[in-house]
Amino acid sequence: MGVEAAATASLQEVINWARKNSVWPVTFGLACCALEMMVASSSTYDIARFGAEVFRPSPRQADLMIVAGTVTKKMAPMLKRIYEQMPEPKWVIAYGSCACSGGIFQTYNVVQGVDQIIPVDVYVPGCPPRPEGLLKGIITLQQKIAAEPAGQRNLVSLPWGNNG
Amino acid sequence: MAGDLLKEAFPEAVLNIEEFRGETSITIDAGKIREVMTFLKENEKLGYDLLLDLAGVDFADRSPRFMIAYLLHSMRFNNRLRIKTTVAEGASVDTVSDIWLAANWMEREVYDLFGIQFNNHPHLKRILLTDDFVGHPLRKDFPVKGADFDQPLQVCLEEER
Ligand code: SF4
Repeated sequence: MGVEAAATASLQEVINWARKNSVWPVTFGLACCALEMMVASSSTYDIARFGAEVFRPSPRQADLMIVAGTVTKKMAPMLKRIYEQMPEPKWVIAYGSCACSGGIFQTYNVVQGVDQIIPVDVYVPGCPPRPEGLLKGIITLQQKIAAEPAGQRNLVSLPWGNNG
Repeated sequence: MAGDLLKEAFPEAVLNIEEFRGETSITIDAGKIREVMTFLKENEKLGYDLLLDLAGVDFADRSPRFMIAYLLHSMRFNNRLRIKTTVAEGASVDTVSDIWLAANWMEREVYDLFGIQFNNHPHLKRILLTDDFVGHPLRKDFPVKGADFDQPLQVCLEEER
């Protein structure tokens, strides 16, 4: 970004640019798909190239929840609680068929898609999707963040924060 | 050997003894399960001091409907034994959780998934499924998708109530 461009960009664009390049995921894996998510942070796939390598052990410090794996009905309240504990702005990637739609588990104990509980921004299907799938999901999410219009989210993640 | 000793000690409780590929399965009258299990654990020549597993089976059209299988292991003599007992629907079995503490959770699991009651169990409540779950999913007549498969799942956290 040159000096001139910086001078003419709107505040919202600058904020979106900052947000999209440091999407920190919360450390959170539920089943087999979580292993592919871990591989995505290895040196071979290097999720750090997208500014998303800092898996936070606390939801309070995270921007992104990668729902990687099978969401059982017993796990659903915990998953929702972790999501609610994340401060705004926050995004969700449903990673794998199980998180997208229940996958192969059309059974009494599996939630048929995590979007029944929390809002999902990007779906990555596959059983499991390859780590490239997660990278593609993060790139898609970055494009979505870059296009967020002003006023969609609070600029400061406090109840009294201004709308951007 | 366990079969002979058991037959000698409890002639009326031993219903059947099967040998298959070196594995012994003994079917026991459910009413006598505690005496038999205590005997198997404490007898000098047997010493089945480890309960490896305790599982339920649903035979649906058979009567009595359910079977419980106890897999025992003797650390001292390094051999194994399978004890089976049958339970009718609605009937209950005495707990063995004071003989082997390991039975505590296993009996809860059998109760959770098959709905078989264990008498005198210290804490017989669901262990795998949620407390408000209706039904016992490993029963053959339980629909695998459950009753509310195509309904959206409502999750209400404690703090939202
Ligand atoms: S989508 Fe496949 S790999 Fe992923 S959690 Fe489900 S079963 Fe496992």
